[in-house]
Amino acid sequence: MSETNNKLEIKNLSKQFGEKILFENLSLTVDDPAVLWAPSGWGKTTLLRILMGLEAPTSGSVEGVGRVGAVFQEDRLCPQLTAEENVALVLNAEQYKVKIQYKEQIRDDLIQLGLDDEALALPARKLSGGQKRRTALLRALWAESDTLLLDEPFTGMDPAVMKKAAAMLKARCGTKPTLLATHDQEAIRELGWKIIELG
Amino acid sequence: MDKTKKRRIQILAASVFWLGVWQAAAAAIGQEVFLVSPVQAIGTLVELLPQAEFWQRIGFSAGRILLGFGLGVLSSAVLAVAAEKWEWVDALLAPVMQLVKATPVASFIILALVWVSGSSLSVLISFLMVLPVLYSAVRTGIGSADRQLLEMAQVFRLPLGRRLRAVWLPAVLPAFRQGCSVALGICWKSGVAAEVIGLPDGSIGDALYRAKITLSTGELFAWTFVIILLSAVFEKLFLALLDKAVAAVLGEEGAEK
Repeated sequence: MSETNNKLEIKNLSKQFGEKILFENLSLTVDDPAVLWAPSGWGKTTLLRILMGLEAPTSGSVEGVGRVGAVFQEDRLCPQLTAEENVALVLNAEQYKVKIQYKEQIRDDLIQLGLDDEALALPARKLSGGQKRRTALLRALWAESDTLLLDEPFTGMDPAVMKKAAAMLKARCGTKPTLLATHDQEAIRELGWKIIELG
Repeated sequence: MDKTKKRRIQILAASVFWLGVWQAAAAAIGQEVFLVSPVQAIGTLVELLPQAEFWQRIGFSAGRILLGFGLGVLSSAVLAVAAEKWEWVDALLAPVMQLVKATPVASFIILALVWVSGSSLSVLISFLMVLPVLYSAVRTGIGSADRQLLEMAQVFRLPLGRRLRAVWLPAVLPAFRQGCSVALGICWKSGVAAEVIGLPDGSIGDALYRAKITLSTGELFAWTFVIILLSAVFEKLFLALLDKAVAAVLGEEGAEK
């Protein structure tokens, strides 16, 4: 959760699948948290996947991503592990050596995000959609990262929980380059970040 | 009555039925050389039980056959991982595994007798018979790993140990368990068959062969019963241990699947 002065630069990025062009010659500089807003089907998820290094662009380049803390379109939690264990997976080597100590802090964070004792004892496969999403968001925040890439991180959360999650996100990410893709107007208001409008 | 209890009673009743058929057939034939009755076979087994040689033979054969199985487990895991990682290893191993699967065990035994001593034969044969089964099981498990979780592990740069515990083992262990269940039966059958042909002194296969040439059908049945029992006991023990490992990785519910 360290803060850096990293700068994420997207240069003339294009992506097309067959004949379909998702985006073309996209250039962006992200040096602090921002909301990525674009119409459905524009290719936000694909853009985030390119930034995560999971997909190759058709042309163009990306610089300064570094280590990524991510919330994917899907929760991508290990179903057999508890919420706490899922988050602890991404601790850095030093933290992992004394993970019992960090697990307490993770547990406190999860409680702060509204997971109760019963939920904390369950394997992730038995958590509700909203509980999984909160766990996935917390995992991204606990990961040692230079950039945060968050794809609809508040899906399935009720407004009260979303506000708590947004407050934690704002507090934890500081000025780190962050791209948060969402259509949730309430979340956008709550975060108060600059909006990068695409498409 | 719950389903499990009902099933057990059904199996017990079926076993009693077939023992009755066996007893009746033995009585109808009336010649021990051709077919002993279950009572006679159990009587022979009871006579063998106090003999030190009986237990030494079990130790001799079990040690070698299980060594072959253990080597098969290790090799299949290493080779399957290598084949998943490097395409050329996959291509290199594909015909070998196909060949080992398709070749009759007797051909291997006779061929192997040229290369190794009779006492090591069962190690080699059980290893060879187990290898393609477990190789295929491990590869199936690796292939079933959740691609989305693998991407997650890549993005978060999870170290190998954590990837193994969180993503790979949960995918591989259930398939590996199923493979082991099959392979344990195969290794006993093929290992003893190798001993019957290689005739290492002090082995179960040697005892089976002696029973055959002395027309001691009772001993033949008794030893056969011992092999079945050993195979079943080792399978239960090994799978129980594996289930504990699966439960530790996947949680209790994963182990039940």
